Amino acid sequence: MTTLPLLDSKQMAAFVADGFLRFDGIVPPAECAAVLAELAGGGPPSPFGAAPGSDAANWPGQPLSALFHASPAVSGMLRLPRVAGIIDSLLGPDPIYDHHYTHVIAAAQRWSQPWHADAIQDPRRHAFDIQLFFFPHDTPRQMGGTMILPGSHLRHINEAAIARYQNFVGQQAMACPAGSLLVCHHGIWHGGQPNLTERARTMFKVRLCPRRPQKRTWDTSDIDDPAVARILQRDHGWYGHEVRLEIVNRIRLWRHLTADARFDIDYWLTRIEEAG
Amino acid sequence: MQRQQLLLLYTANSSPDSAVGAWSFFDGTGRDHHMAGDADAPPYQSVVAAMRDGWRVIQVPALLPAAPGAEHDTAFLKYEFVLEKIVDVDGRGGR
Repeated sequence: MTTLPLLDSKQMAAFVADGFLRFDGIVPPAECAAVLAELAGGGPPSPFGAAPGSDAANWPGQPLSALFHASPAVSGMLRLPRVAGIIDSLLGPDPIYDHHYTHVIAAAQRWSQPWHADAIQDPRRHAFDIQLFFFPHDTPRQMGGTMILPGSHLRHINEAAIARYQNFVGQQAMACPAGSLLVCHHGIWHGGQPNLTERARTMFKVRLCPRRPQKRTWDTSDIDDPAVARILQRDHGWYGHEVRLEIVNRIRLWRHLTADARFDIDYWLTRIEEAG
Repeated sequence: MQRQQLLLLYTANSSPDSAVGAWSFFDGTGRDHHMAGDADAPPYQSVVAAMRDGWRVIQVPALLPAAPGAEHDTAFLKYEFVLEKIVDVDGRGGR
């Protein structure tokens, strides 16, 4: 039994509906300054582009708990009870490290990264990885930061195949105070925004994977709260009349996460299953 | 000399008078440049509204049935309308 502060069912439902959760200012200023200094000093080395056989190249697939010990600031941030509780709530205990990278966007960078989803198209139906986007300093809208599209995470696309799209009703820029954490489903559509300030922008991203199927990994004491179904039915606007398909896919994911194969909203899935 | 401008509008359903949920603009004149995340409101509320402002529709979305077994899958935006304007860039007309 964990002693970490876990997410509740309404927060989990919001993650299932929106594809992300944001926690503004969750990391205290002193820890933020330490992380920034550590990243500026070049650590921790990323496996992305690392030399074959190097320590960093061997990180993917290892337990998160076994890594980052040589980077006490980053390690400390990931082990803050609220941060660790978020990770455990979404992935379950003992998550697996996938990769990390420190994104630094130069001052006066006017280019916008095209919309994309990370990695290659993921055929998993329900299991998901999470990506933590950590913003160690104040990131006003002029500085970017990361643009995300709420409700895009369950759409099956490959990487930058969506780069033709420029703007969506309901898109959200992660403009935030120092110490903020954006936690995303691996499928979220996103992109780095221009940095129009005279200061470089730093964002630390780490991807983590579940060790086993994600079943009731959060604080489920409010699982029967009627608000859960209402949250799962959110309409983000940009997908028009496909909103019901979005909700059906969220119902399936919620069934998987709760191990409740009978969960439904407005009889939508039960109707077609009963006919079988 | 003339150049083409392209406006892509993504609508709520297959009707050109349904609401715009996403949009892109590509300018062959080189005068204007748009990119991801640079606007929060669509330039027109519908394809028909754009047509009334002089945009010509050059593609309407094909209506395709879902593949068996994938009826609930979602991916790209289904209803993509492509519109164009031909713009005189040197005041002399011609192509």
